Amino acid sequence: MENRLDEIKNSAKNTLKEILYPLTAIVVSFLAGAILVYAFGNSPKVAYKALFLGALGDLNKFGETLVTTTTLILTGLSVAFAYKCGLFNIGAEGQFIMGSVAAVWIGWALEGLPPSIHVLLTLIAGALAGGIWAGFVGWLKAKVGSHEVINSIMMNYIALNLSNYLIMTVLNEPGKAFSFEIAPTAKLWRFSQSFEQFKYSRLHIGIIIAIFVALAAYYLLNKTVTGYEIRSVGFNPDASEYGGINVKRNIVLAMLISGLFSGLAGAIHTAGVQYRVNNLFGLTGYGFDGISVALVGNNNPIGVILSALLFGVLQKGGPMMQIEGIPKEVVGIIQGIILLFVASNFVRVMVQRYKENKEIRAQLKKGEVK
Amino acid sequence: MWNIITILFGSTIRSATPLMFTALGGTFSERSGVVNIGLEGMMTIGAFSAVLVSYFTGSPFLGLLGAIVSGAFFGWLLAFLSIHFKANQVVVGTAINILAASLTTFLLVEIWGKPGQTDNVNYFTPWGPFNMFTYLAFILVGVSYFVLYKTPFGLRIRAVGEHPRAADTLGVNVYKVRYICVILSGILGAIGGAALSIGSISLFKEGMIAGKGFIALAAVIFGKWHPVGAALACLFFGLADAIQTVSMSLGLDLPKEFLFALPYILTMMAVSGLVGKSVAPAADGVPYEKGEK
Repeated sequence: MENRLDEIKNSAKNTLKEILYPLTAIVVSFLAGAILVYAFGNSPKVAYKALFLGALGDLNKFGETLVTTTTLILTGLSVAFAYKCGLFNIGAEGQFIMGSVAAVWIGWALEGLPPSIHVLLTLIAGALAGGIWAGFVGWLKAKVGSHEVINSIMMNYIALNLSNYLIMTVLNEPGKAFSFEIAPTAKLWRFSQSFEQFKYSRLHIGIIIAIFVALAAYYLLNKTVTGYEIRSVGFNPDASEYGGINVKRNIVLAMLISGLFSGLAGAIHTAGVQYRVNNLFGLTGYGFDGISVALVGNNNPIGVILSALLFGVLQKGGPMMQIEGIPKEVVGIIQGIILLFVASNFVRVMVQRYKENKEIRAQLKKGEVK
Repeated sequence: MWNIITILFGSTIRSATPLMFTALGGTFSERSGVVNIGLEGMMTIGAFSAVLVSYFTGSPFLGLLGAIVSGAFFGWLLAFLSIHFKANQVVVGTAINILAASLTTFLLVEIWGKPGQTDNVNYFTPWGPFNMFTYLAFILVGVSYFVLYKTPFGLRIRAVGEHPRAADTLGVNVYKVRYICVILSGILGAIGGAALSIGSISLFKEGMIAGKGFIALAAVIFGKWHPVGAALACLFFGLADAIQTVSMSLGLDLPKEFLFALPYILTMMAVSGLVGKSVAPAADGVPYEKGEK
């Protein structure tokens, strides 16, 4: 009984620590942002007030924040899921683009379908396109051993150019630098259709889909054999191979599933918000943001939901700072600093070193070490 | 016909110049065992700092110096976090890219009071057909080759990237070599950025790097982590870019998106062994942990 109690205590303590480290990183980054704002003669208080009011001030603003959060949950999940298998999916960007294009294609080309079926097909097409895009990278890794980071970066730019080509040719709205609009039957249901409170926001059913997908990913990773195998490969591929797990198969599978999430993100963004795909000059950033989201969320699907909310607030609140005369890029700077802190485990390492030093000093005092 | 070839040649060299600096930087960093995804950000910072310093001092030479200092700082940051904190190098690189894009736009708005682009500043006007940067790039390719393959220090760099433990055993300071190489890659990346701002147009535009850092990274890999190979890859990618420009004026019906994507497709084929297998240094991307005494 006593043991069990200690166990629970310990696990609670550990969870607290897991939350505390990213939280410290976030606080420090906000402080750094404040110093920067102050250094250029603006008030940090005004800046952050604008930021938070802009993102959470009323239901419409909150709705818009959730629109961004939706995409970030999915790209964050995508990066986190691959990471669990020891893979770094820096290609969420390209998978997102492929998902958007596939969704616009199916959403535009199919006609006369009942809305629910058309929406479903659009989302499936997007997810599959992303899945194939990432699965190919996984396949290359398994087949010839080429590194997934390099290949996914290359695939990002190939996706960008392929998407631009399709948008300027087969999918082109004549005379415009964007694609056709998807059919009304392919559009996701918006909250504003039933709720007066969300009248001025584009909040759509996608947020619920995204949360559901996150829970499903959590279940898949932690409660199924497939998830166990994927995590095992991520933990130690050699031991997994020895234990009879097909490492190559799991690498392909993990990349494929990871790509499904990013592709779905693109499809949902298209079917819920944009309704078209633009001719892009550069990458959209959603995939790279997914890296931040996954890391701050500790690569845990539930953590991802929370950190996607944080980054959603940052991104939607940023433009409101602009109105107060403070460049919205402060938000990007904060995001970059958070990422640096979390990536380097800065807080954890510093705490550890402090403890070690304390120990050594204590021992020195006692005269145990000379 | 001759006319077109001249244009194509000039355009190829001009497109390749910034890539060559950055790719050389990437070669040093990866050869020592540190993956540098942050090259894109380092180019951005370099392009901006060069304009910033030239704006305030009126001297493009000081501008170049400014780029070097800022590039060194970001190189140091990557080195410090990936060597001492054993941070994931890809994540730190991504963070540097995000930071660089935001920081430059932030300062652009704060200093020039408008988004989009800076004012015109003094820049390096061409000497003959090319800019000073082009000649410097070709010289540096030779220098880099010499340093990496003909000097003891180069041997140490390659040893540290292939087998840090063995190098350490033989008395090579692994951390020091990696610090030098990564800081050097920041400096070279920033010079590559400066070549785009004060080396061709006289200002900094938001988003002007637009993936060139990643193309340079592709050139490192396509060039098999060799300075001459990387430079040739840059020239080849520059040619793809030049063909795209020329084909428009010639009315050739080549989808420009295909030419844009070509460097990436070729690089993927290279790492997959379809066009001569590219193999990374063995310890590339792996943090080194000194053993206990």
